Amino acid sequence: MRFLLIEDNASLAGAVVERLQMDGHAVDHADTLDAARACIAVADYDLILLDIMLPDGDGRSFLEAHRQAEKQTPVIVTTARSEVSDRVGLLDLGADDYITKPFDFSELEARCRAVLRRRGGAAVNSVTVADAVLDSAAGELRIGGEAQTLRNRELRLLEVFFAAPGQVFSKSYLMDRMFSFSDEVNENAIEVYVGRIRRRLEGAQVRIETVRGLGYRLVADR
Amino acid sequence: MSAGAAAKGSIRRRLFLQLAAIAALLSVLLFLVMRAVAASAAEDTQDGILAASATSIADALRSEEGSITLDLPYSALSMLGTINEDRVFYRVVVNGETLTGYDDLPPPEDAPTLSRNTFSTFEYRGDEVRMVSVARVVSTGGAPSNVQISVAQTRLGLQAISQRISAIATAAGIGFFVVATALSLWAAQSALSPLERMTASVTRRGPGDLRPFETETPAELVPFVAALNSFIARLRASLQRSEDLIAEAAHRVRTPLATVRAKAEVTHRKLNKPEHRQTMREMIRAIDESSRSAGQLLDHAMVTFRSDSLSEEVVDLSEMVQDTCDRLSPAAGLKDVSVLARVPDLPVTMKGDWVLLQSALQNIVDNAIKYSPEDTTVEVALSAGETIRLAVTDAGRGFGGADVEALKGRFARGRNVDDIVGSGLGLTIADEVARAHGGRLEIAANRNGGGACVTLVFPLS
Amino acid sequence: MRHACLSLVLSLWAAVALAFEIEADLTYPAEVETGVLTILSTADREAFEPILLAFQADNPGVTIRYTIASTAEAMKAVADEGARFDLVISSAMDLQTKLANDGFAATYRSAATDALPDWARWRNQLFAFTQEPVVLIVSDDAFPDGEVPATRNALIEVLRDQPERFRGKIGTYDVRESGFGYLLATQDARASENSWRLLEIMGRLDTRLYCCSGDMLRDIRSGDLLLAYNVLGSYAAAQQAEAGGFRIVEMEDFSNIMLRTVMILNGAENREESAAMVDFLARLGGRPDLVRASGLPAIDDAALRDNVALRPIRLGPGLLVFLDRLKRRTFLRNWEASITQE
Repeated sequence: MRFLLIEDNASLAGAVVERLQMDGHAVDHADTLDAARACIAVADYDLILLDIMLPDGDGRSFLEAHRQAEKQTPVIVTTARSEVSDRVGLLDLGADDYITKPFDFSELEARCRAVLRRRGGAAVNSVTVADAVLDSAAGELRIGGEAQTLRNRELRLLEVFFAAPGQVFSKSYLMDRMFSFSDEVNENAIEVYVGRIRRRLEGAQVRIETVRGLGYRLVADR
Repeated sequence: MSAGAAAKGSIRRRLFLQLAAIAALLSVLLFLVMRAVAASAAEDTQDGILAASATSIADALRSEEGSITLDLPYSALSMLGTINEDRVFYRVVVNGETLTGYDDLPPPEDAPTLSRNTFSTFEYRGDEVRMVSVARVVSTGGAPSNVQISVAQTRLGLQAISQRISAIATAAGIGFFVVATALSLWAAQSALSPLERMTASVTRRGPGDLRPFETETPAELVPFVAALNSFIARLRASLQRSEDLIAEAAHRVRTPLATVRAKAEVTHRKLNKPEHRQTMREMIRAIDESSRSAGQLLDHAMVTFRSDSLSEEVVDLSEMVQDTCDRLSPAAGLKDVSVLARVPDLPVTMKGDWVLLQSALQNIVDNAIKYSPEDTTVEVALSAGETIRLAVTDAGRGFGGADVEALKGRFARGRNVDDIVGSGLGLTIADEVARAHGGRLEIAANRNGGGACVTLVFPLS
Repeated sequence: MRHACLSLVLSLWAAVALAFEIEADLTYPAEVETGVLTILSTADREAFEPILLAFQADNPGVTIRYTIASTAEAMKAVADEGARFDLVISSAMDLQTKLANDGFAATYRSAATDALPDWARWRNQLFAFTQEPVVLIVSDDAFPDGEVPATRNALIEVLRDQPERFRGKIGTYDVRESGFGYLLATQDARASENSWRLLEIMGRLDTRLYCCSGDMLRDIRSGDLLLAYNVLGSYAAAQQAEAGGFRIVEMEDFSNIMLRTVMILNGAENREESAAMVDFLARLGGRPDLVRASGLPAIDDAALRDNVALRPIRLGPGLLVFLDRLKRRTFLRNWEASITQE
């Protein structure tokens, strides 16, 4: 996905950009509203992350102008202010969602996913590997026309594998993708989830293979 | 809310009492004047008739065969009987000798002259009498004789009249007093009505309405209104500062935390050694904990601050429940916890502060999600019967038999939650919001197995 | 039954104790005496006894002492001698008025006295309980053709036209002797100049003078008189009922109405009984049996309103005028000049 991050705090912005890139997203950073408007003029973004306190104006006015221009790009507001007081106005002004700083990146990703699902965004497509189709938007795994509804963590784990079939993912990497830092889990939990998606994939022409000492990978039979 | 200032004295009562006292004084004065004037008028009437009677007797005097004789006119005495039933006495004295009438009727102390009648009042035959004396000179056989005619009448009729006049004067005095008192009441009322209008306009204002008063006020109230406006301005500035401070504090705390957290996550990704990763993980958890605590502290400050002047907008609870559930679903989903909103078909509304109610519900649901094991459901059920109930049920570990009332206190947490990030302010916030809205917070075990059921209860508005 | 119990006693004690002249002193003792009532009255026993007995029937414990005297003696007794009585009942309105005016009467007020018309009470001290018209008595022989004069003018005409027929056959009060006659004459004189003309013509016709109504009626019945002027109607009516022989004429120009009055004396010892008697008399109109038995017509305001010629003599200080000694002297001189033609 392609993000536009509008954030004046350079240090925070740098960390956010690096973190999002780690998950394979493309991120442009604008530190002022002027810069943001310039970015929007030349590129299409899947999602805009907007800080509302900026040196050259209030994020609200940007939001307002954005909605008046009938831009379809969803906006998630990042705010450091108290949740209760800002919430109402932001949603009224047309923000799709908001997230309070500091945020957990897995929560941010979940919110992005939810926003895009609500908007039916183009970025979320179903991924097909052999005869298995993973439909993130619907949260379904279809094998030969038979659909299974996936639980959230199962979906996220499958997404990791379907995004790069054949690539080996370590347990610790998978843990980072599946659990937030507040979840007290150990690496054994990954084995449980891998077991579950193996059962989901039974009868399909793809399967999860254990690579001893390294982790897991998705392999297709053909 | 308490009335604040205790009432000491009342301007209206003082004004009314003073005006009424003046009215009472004037009433008494009116009574006295009326009675005096009327009594003197009645007395004058009696004097007039007495004089007429005596004069008619004097006119009937004539000289006959060298002596004075009198053919007493019938009207002389009968006219005295026309106005009342008083006793009548008369005496005609010629050169010191009684010619006719009552011998014992005393002569006037102040002797009348030809040009002047005299009146006197004294006690005679058991009653007070009023007497007129008239002097005449009648010539008898060439020698003039001095004749003194006195006619006296008791004053019972006069007393009756004066009693009647007193009664009328009393009635008039009382009537005047009653009318004047009523008018005083009205005057006191009307004098204070600008003050009441102002009180009403202050009371009518919403809690957030801190505009200065610009209504027309009487000159006497201008300094008061000016002082009030200046106070409002200071209050507004102070409130603004408080709100700004809270917002600013949030910003100042959270922005660096966000930076640290993001960098920590990045670093965490880059580390390979499990023990390093574990350390980083703990760091991130510590950051989360402090940011959450800061958030709740600021929320709590906001709740306390807003509870003092609760706004009274109509809140659609159904919409709020739905909204809160939608908002928290993504975070819950990360743990495979689903959030289920159960609202009745008809919208449920109440009067209150949207921001506070939302904050309370969010804290409860957030708590519930936090303590929910994966693959469970947090249910938010709204119902309206005799009271409005917003029940949040989870399948978590419950409160482990802790004193549920104590949980509402600040920073109180269950005994079995050491492994979960939290400040313990969530339920405190919810409890305070509930009480600010005249409701309460109920904490109970989930009836269907384990877990907790936290309910916001509000009276129907 | 009660009559049987009553004994009439001529009280010797009363006769010696009182200096004024009395005509009778009657006692109506109660069976069980709880109170006494002493009355000084000018009314005959025949007229008043039914009323006294009826009162006693209502108030069985009251012993009544009823002393009869002439009007002048009654006045003298009270005003000059301080005689101790509870009530004074008299037909001499002028003297009663003077007693009240001079302070001998006690004030009394009750529902019964308030019910009396205004003209029937004075100062709440003097209460009228009868209204007795003063009438002309005409012998049945006087006008055989039936043309009876009904006004003073008509009477003057008749007397002028037929002087010989009526000479020595007319009677009236000797006002020098009778206080009541004097009252009627002065009221006549006050009311109309005609009364002096009538007096003069009566004087020319050798009018006979009487002390009292009874004597005049006696002479009418015996035929000695054809006309009697200024006779008390109540006596006449009583006698007519017995014997007849004459007609009672109420003059149509005006007829004086004499009011018999009662007062409670200031020094009355038996206030309660006195008050009861005054109330009883004031309500006489409610006892037609007593009116019939006594021949004393009760106060009837309605009857007076219907006939404007009936004029009750007005109570009040006006009545004192004719008691003035100079006025009386002058009046009697004029009266004598008219009636005796000297």
